[in-house]
This record gives sequence, C-alpha cells and structure tokens, in this order.
Amino acid sequence: MMQLTAWDRVQLARHQARPHTLDYITELLEEPRELHGDRLFRDDPAIVAAIGRFGTRSVIVLGHQKGASTTENVARNFGMPRPEGYRKAIRILHLAEKFGLPVITFIDTPAADPGLESEERGQAWAISSCLQAFLRAQVPTLAVVIGEGGSGGALALAVCDRLLMLENAIFAVASPEACAAILWRDAARAPEAAETMRITAQELHRFGIADEVIPEPAPAHLDASGTIRRVGQALERHLEELLQLWHEHGPAHARQLRWARYRAIGLWHEDPVT
Amino acid sequence: MRPRFRRRNVASKGTESLGPSIPDGLWSKCPRCRELIYTREFERNHYVCPRCGYHARLTARQRIALTVDPESFVEWDAGLSPADPLRFVALGEPYPRKVAEAQERSGEREALVTGAATILGVPVGLAVAEFGFLGASMGSVFGEKFARAAERAAAEDRAFIVFASSGGARMHEGVFSLFQLPKTIVAVESLSERRLPFITVLVDPCYGGVTASFATVADLILAEPGAMIGFAGPRVIEQVTRQKLPAGFQSAEFLLQHGMIDAIVPRPRLREELAHYIRLLTNQRSTSPVSFVTRQESDR
Ligand SMILES: [Zn+2]
Repeated sequence: MMQLTAWDRVQLARHQARPHTLDYITELLEEPRELHGDRLFRDDPAIVAAIGRFGTRSVIVLGHQKGASTTENVARNFGMPRPEGYRKAIRILHLAEKFGLPVITFIDTPAADPGLESEERGQAWAISSCLQAFLRAQVPTLAVVIGEGGSGGALALAVCDRLLMLENAIFAVASPEACAAILWRDAARAPEAAETMRITAQELHRFGIADEVIPEPAPAHLDASGTIRRVGQALERHLEELLQLWHEHGPAHARQLRWARYRAIGLWHEDPVT
Repeated sequence: MRPRFRRRNVASKGTESLGPSIPDGLWSKCPRCRELIYTREFERNHYVCPRCGYHARLTARQRIALTVDPESFVEWDAGLSPADPLRFVALGEPYPRKVAEAQERSGEREALVTGAATILGVPVGLAVAEFGFLGASMGSVFGEKFARAAERAAAEDRAFIVFASSGGARMHEGVFSLFQLPKTIVAVESLSERRLPFITVLVDPCYGGVTASFATVADLILAEPGAMIGFAGPRVIEQVTRQKLPAGFQSAEFLLQHGMIDAIVPRPRLREELAHYIRLLTNQRSTSPVSFVTRQESDR
C-alpha cells in the first residue's frame, strides 16, 4: 500500500463524508437521547451531547459536530464551538458525575470559534474551565479523535483517561495553513508544515500522547460502518479496563493517574544549576 | 534592561522648547500620546506614562524588580532550556538556532522566569512571562517551569502569583506545546488542595493557550490597564470572520465589563494590592492599612 503523507492525512481527516459524532452516537448507542443547551446562554450546535446505552451500561457522549453538507456545516459553524458549547460540555460532564456514568468524547474540529462574540463571552475562559472539568472528572473518560484535532478547541474535550486516534485523524497545535503562514510566511506551504509539525496519529502514539491508533483499512469516508464498528470495539475494551481500575483503586487514585499523565508531557534539557 | 519604549534623542530632533543641551536617553516618548517624559520620572512611575496612563511592556526581570521586596527574589529551575522534540526546521532555520537567538537577545533561557520572593513581607511563589523570548509562547519548558513553581509554592506554603503574557503557541514544539495547557491546570491543583491563593495578572499582550489555560482558572484574575487579552488575536478574527472589531475590543477594560476579570490594577499600586488580596484571602490582618480601591480609581 502507498505511504500517505501528513498532508494526505489532513485531507482524509477533514473529508466531509467521514463519519461525524452523531453517526457514532446513532450507531454505537442504543436508545440515545440528545441533550441540549448550556443553561446559560444557548445551545451550541457545534458540540453535541447524548446519553444512551453502550453495551450493558448507560454512558454520556460529547463531541464536536461538523456538517455532512455545506448547509449543515454553516448551521454547525463547521464544528467550531463557541463558549456555550464548552459550557454545555461542562454541564453534561457534571451530570455524568452525579450518576457515575462514563464519558466518551469524539474530537473533530478545526478550532474553537475565533469570532467577536465568542471573545465577548470568554472563549478562553470556557476552554480553560472545560479542560479543568475534564481533568477533575469523577468518572472514567475516553476520547477518540475521529477527524480533525484542531488546537485548544479540540483539546478541551480530549484530556481524558484514554486518548485514542483513528489512523487518519490528526492532532495539531495550529492548522498547517496557519503554521505555514506564520513560520514559512506562505500559507501555500501547508503540506510542508503538516509534515514538520508531526500531527499524525502514528506520531502522537510514538510521542506517548495517544494510547492507541485505531486502524482504517479503508479510509473512514469509504467505510463508515466498519470504522464506527472498530471504534466501538476499541472503546469497549478501554472502558472495561478503566472501569476495573476505578473499581479496584477508587476514583481518587484513578484521577491521580490522569493528572500524572498530563503533568508529565513535555521534553526539555536540564542543567544542574542551584 | 530597558522596556520597549521608544527613546529619542531630543536634541538632534531640535525640539526648541526643551533646548539643545539635553543628553540622549534623558527623555522618553510615549508611543500612545507622544508625550515626552523625563526618563527618571518614567522609571519612578513604573514605566507608566504620567500623562495618558500607557503601561509600557516590561521584561520579566524588570517586572520582578518592581513587584517584590528588594533582594527577596530567589530563582527556581534556572537550568531548564528547550529541547527540540520535533527536530523542527522552517525556511532552513532549525528550532535550536531560533532558541539560541532568543536566548542571546533576551538574556533568558526560556520565556518564563520562576522563583520565590516576598511582597511587602508576604511569601509568594512567582512565575513571570518574558514576552521578549519568542513572544512568551508556551513550550515544554514554560509549562514545566510553571508546573514546578506552582507545586513548590504549594509545598512551601506560599501564595502563587503569575504574570501572564503570551503571543500564542510554541509552534516549533507542535503538540507538546498544546499539551502544556492541561499540564499547567493540573499543577495548580496542588495550590487548591492546600487552599493557597493563586492570582494571575494578565499583562499586555495575553493570547492563545496561556489565556485558555492556567491564566483563567486562577482564584483572582487581575489585569493591567489597557492590556490586550483574548483567545484569538484581532487579526485572525478579522481575517476569518471579516467582522469589524469595535474600539477597545479585548482590552482589560472590555473584559472587566464582560465579567471575565476581577479587577484592573494600575502598575504602581500592584505590589500593595497583591499583598492585600493574599492577606484577605488567607484571613490575615494587614500590617499596614490599605485604602479601598473603587472602580473609578482603578479605571483612571
Ligand atoms: Zn502617554
């Protein structure tokens, strides 16, 4: 099989026909019900929330939602959440904690919405609170990057006990276009930037940031049901492990492990100076 | 080190009213109101323009000198410097070379200086961003030094004061830069567990991942007058949305109005205010009386 470049993966990760969060909810959950609103301002269609049965238990699902058509994409703001989206996620996360339900998140966004109103309503505040809520969560949490993991807007739902990535998903600190525009002074050099930035699932796994890469024998947009099935199987396996961990060692210990995991990320040089 | 505030050889420009005999560097010019300021007065006023209140950007070391008690600062983790996890090269320039240049220019090893000090006798842990080092972008070293400082402050029973400023992500460290956000938020849990005050002061400019992580989960969020603060920068917003941004958008005053920060504190009052807030939060009486600051006064 042909070796895909990082830029190829970017195209696949962004493919409009790729299954999106609501597809996973519909296929993987039994009797799902969508939950709306942040109870503060309004419902953000770029982040969806649902409760449903996953295997033998109830779970909460949160995820970025892109559109399957241009019209839907406009309605969903291309999957770019506004502050109310993150505040909805926080609210639903607390609901999960009250009932002790595991939380599964699907990551798929180019970025948090960079608009005037989002700034007025505290986009940065919403993201940091969401990160904190996930880091503090009193229930097992699992994230799957199903497409585009775009910067802080994606990260806000991704800081879970497990972070899985589909084979053609990406996770980046900025879009390759933005990075190219800044560091190469030419957005057209995005393919080069994409390679240099090391944003593929394989690389995140190598860095120890992603726990597992879920294979896509055929790209997800050509095999939606197969992809969703494999994601479901991986989630089931990791959820079983996590539930066992939480059961055996208790929530406090499980949370310490989560904190230790995120506390440890980074590489630096250290000279002995005192 | 001087702040980034344009100096001007008044004599050579021939400004008649000031006469030709004034030596170079004696006068500074405010970039906002164009007032010529006697440099000594400017320094005494903490690099705030006495006419229009413009707060000039400071280096981390200047900031520390203006904030803490003389001789009280002891630096932590000065031995940390950036690695090159991605072996990043853009336009033929490897990241380590860029780092070396930034170190040369700024005199710092990284964009965050941390340490212990006292402020009016109150023991604190400090973390101060250096905007002159690659725009105070948050890479692995920034995140690690921040985390160690928060944890050490907690272990030593100190309040934690952070001067936050950033132009955004350290793109050269890619996803490692991004994952410093949760790292810094985890680290300040150590302060919450011990009920120690965590106060951030947002200074100009403060954007991106720093604003979207530790800076906005603090117990108290203060800002300097006129500081520009946000998630996305104004240019990005205009490019992406083609929205016209109103005057004052993303200023500290705008954020106060929108309910995002606790107070705006003019720089010359900051030392007193920080000590006062810490004492109030930790239920201690002030040793010296501090006057109540009204909204109007801080808006000046
Ligand atoms: Zn002025």
